[in-house]
Amino acid sequence: MESVGSIILYVIVALAMIVFSVLAVTTRKILRAATYLLFTLFAAAVVYFMLDYEFLGAVQIAVYAGGIVVLFVFSILLTSKPGDNSERLTSKSRFLGLVAAVGTLAVAGYALVSRCAMFAKLPAMDAPTMDAIGTTMMGTGEGQYLLPFEAVSVLLLACIIGGVVVARKR
Amino acid sequence: MEISAIYYLVPALIMFCCGVYGFITRKNMIAMLISLELMLNAVDMNFVIFNRYLYPDAMEGMFFTLFAIAIAAAETALAIAIIINIFRAAKNIDVRSLNEMKF
Amino acid sequence: MDVTIPILILAIPLFMFLLLGLLGMKMSHKLAGTLGTLGMGTVLVLSYYTAYNYFFSGSAQFITEGGDRLQALIFDQTWLAFTEKLIIKIGFLLDPISAMMLVVITTISFMVHLYSMGYMRDHHGVYEHGFQRFYAFLSLFSFSMLGLVVAPNIFQMYIFWELVGASSYLLIGFYYVKPSAVSASKKAFIVTRFADLGFLIGILVLSYYTGTFNFTQFTSAPVEGMAGVFQVSENTAMGIRNIFETSAAPMFMGASVLTWALVLIFMGGMGKSAMMPLHIWLPDAMEGPTPVSALIHAATMVVAGVYLVARLFPLYLMEESALTIITVVGALTAFYAAMVACTQIDIKRVLAFSTISQIAFMMVSLGVARPEIHEGLGYMASMFHLFTHAMFKALLFLGAGALIHAIGSNDYTAMHGLRKYMPITHWTFLIGCLAIAGIIPFSGFFSKDEILSACVGYDWVAYLWMSLVAGLTAFYMFRLYFLIFWWKEHKVAEGHHAPHDQPWTMSLPLIILAAVSCVAGFIPFGKLVSWNGEPYDFMAHFDWGVAAVSLTVALIGIGLAAVMYARENTLPEKFKNALPRLWDWCHHRFYWDELYMFITHKIIFGCVCRPLAWFDRHVIDGTMDAMATVTNKASEAIKPLQSGQIQMYVWYYLVGALLLGTITAVCLL
Repeated sequence: MESVGSIILYVIVALAMIVFSVLAVTTRKILRAATYLLFTLFAAAVVYFMLDYEFLGAVQIAVYAGGIVVLFVFSILLTSKPGDNSERLTSKSRFLGLVAAVGTLAVAGYALVSRCAMFAKLPAMDAPTMDAIGTTMMGTGEGQYLLPFEAVSVLLLACIIGGVVVARKR
Repeated sequence: MEISAIYYLVPALIMFCCGVYGFITRKNMIAMLISLELMLNAVDMNFVIFNRYLYPDAMEGMFFTLFAIAIAAAETALAIAIIINIFRAAKNIDVRSLNEMKF
Repeated sequence: MDVTIPILILAIPLFMFLLLGLLGMKMSHKLAGTLGTLGMGTVLVLSYYTAYNYFFSGSAQFITEGGDRLQALIFDQTWLAFTEKLIIKIGFLLDPISAMMLVVITTISFMVHLYSMGYMRDHHGVYEHGFQRFYAFLSLFSFSMLGLVVAPNIFQMYIFWELVGASSYLLIGFYYVKPSAVSASKKAFIVTRFADLGFLIGILVLSYYTGTFNFTQFTSAPVEGMAGVFQVSENTAMGIRNIFETSAAPMFMGASVLTWALVLIFMGGMGKSAMMPLHIWLPDAMEGPTPVSALIHAATMVVAGVYLVARLFPLYLMEESALTIITVVGALTAFYAAMVACTQIDIKRVLAFSTISQIAFMMVSLGVARPEIHEGLGYMASMFHLFTHAMFKALLFLGAGALIHAIGSNDYTAMHGLRKYMPITHWTFLIGCLAIAGIIPFSGFFSKDEILSACVGYDWVAYLWMSLVAGLTAFYMFRLYFLIFWWKEHKVAEGHHAPHDQPWTMSLPLIILAAVSCVAGFIPFGKLVSWNGEPYDFMAHFDWGVAAVSLTVALIGIGLAAVMYARENTLPEKFKNALPRLWDWCHHRFYWDELYMFITHKIIFGCVCRPLAWFDRHVIDGTMDAMATVTNKASEAIKPLQSGQIQMYVWYYLVGALLLGTITAVCLL
């Protein structure tokens, strides 16, 4: 049985997540969309905290909220004038989008609901320590992630160079 | 009341559907990218939730999400570089008007 | 005999063709012409040497101890060995007629080469456009014609037969900017090609049953009186006759296989030799330069048909019906062409019809030749006439060319009274006319007299008929002569030069050919050429009665022409008005061309080609168009799918994935 506080927190987070997601894709002001995205990401981070993955929540806030959203904001400011509203959606594209979204919701929702009994209870778990995370990240044994880590670092390097080359003024 | 996995999964699913809807309907490339981030985030959450509920002793889901966040950052940075480049060339980032190379 | 010289005889003209054709435009006109003429001169010397060797060396290769001439295969190289039996060879066959043809072809060709150096330039000495090309084509023609006459097998003959057709086409169409020349060249090519179709089928039929292409084997048929040239070889002791009496005996549409083969082969000869009804191309072929007319359309190529029949003569002897067909076709053609020649205005057309008529004489002569009649005199007479006709007809054409060159028109109405202005042309032309009319002692008298003698032995009707044609020949030739050189005084228009004789390059061939025409009749031709190789003494059979009759007929023809045309008078007009229908028919060549036009345009085009064209345009093209339209429409219809909008791709993907998911879920339930 959860505490009332955590239930209240869950309700707030879930509602925020749903509402801000919907707003992020329906607002006609692009800068607002980025802001709503930020709130959604915060809500996701809170979920990670609630599930005892503190490190992951921190990374989510630092990288997503602190890095990516800032990138978005910069690029929005570069590519659009303040006060720009995107055009109203045509009914056709709205219809197509709704069909896809509702279809996904229906199929995946059915799959989830039909199997919801499988994972009813939150099992007990010690929050992973920084020690354990560091060892797993840097270890070379089974279930340890040095190779992907290095691969990601190379990817990031390539990405930096690529970003510079692509965006460079000619 | 027990907060079971489904309580987390359903908001994540709704988030994903919002991403789908946004990706299909928006014309602004940055807005499309935002929708993409939404979908990606929803999937990340799924990894974590399943990891937590089904295999609390393992950390695979969490690490997958970690790497996904890193790659998402890289991908977003590159995509935005391309978008800015396109904007410079076409003064426009509306996908429907970027059809000069078509046919 | 050494093979070098025969190979050189064929190789030099070919080399000259390649040299002048490929590099001619880089040379000056004079150099190109000189090179071509020198090359032909070399071939002339080599051919004379070869012919001399053949006739007079007495080598055992060429003549038996008894004095019979033999066929000598100088070389015979396998060229294409398709199967064990189907082997096509290239070779060089020397026998009396091929040796004679070597002499004829190289002589006329050399004269024409020399003459063209003067003819193919205007009065200011400027060479005509394409002068080098002209010489290249002349060399090509000489090569093909030489290859044709020395061919030891019928397949090689066919190859060169087509080659002479092609070079004739090229030379008739030499002035390719003139529409009439272009259509004339096409006409010549198509008509002769049509005839060659028959020739090819004939070759195939003959070779299918006999299993060989070689003339030596064809002509080894054991006919009575065979000796010398056509000796039966041991290998084919069975002989062609046996084949046709056993395995090839079946009849087809009322005639034996052999008859069909021979008549089809003769059809090829009809096309090339302009026999009725395939004669229509020859008058039009006069659109080519006059030296070409002299070489190809008077002396050499057009006698290829006669040569072909002579080559296969022993085969024709086996099938008398084929010979009868040849006789009838020849006799009709001879009379027809002579009638038409009487009314033509263009001097080259007159000569063209005269050529048709004279070739028909040769055909008739071959047709009436039988071993039992004067020991095959007709064969020898035909070859003799071929020889003399080549000389005097080339002379007449070259003389006509000189006139045309001087006056600038083909029309005799522009030429009256030229005898004082162009004495050399006048005298040589007169000699040519006398020769063709058959006046003693010019060469035409002897050869024509032999033909008539051969006819006497065959059939009286044929003899009278051919004598009539001989009289007509004398008449129309002297009509031409008088109209050109007499009729009335020539008026030189103000500001024009008086017509005058030509440069030496043109006069020399005229004089040489005139001299040959004077003396060629005294060549003891029968000693050299006869159907079976045995020497034949014509003088022993000389029939003074026939000679007297033919001479009288010729003189009557000349006299009539002199009365009507020597001085300007109204007799021709009166004559024309008295028989308007006849004159019209002759003038319009008995409406043969119109008949062809009717058949081709109205019947073939109208009934066959138009429906076919309609079918092609509407059904076949329509099907293709429909396919294209459907493809086009389909691609237009599915083009939006490939919109390039990634959002739509995502949508399709997603819907597809959802459908798959749904299907999976439904199946799992």
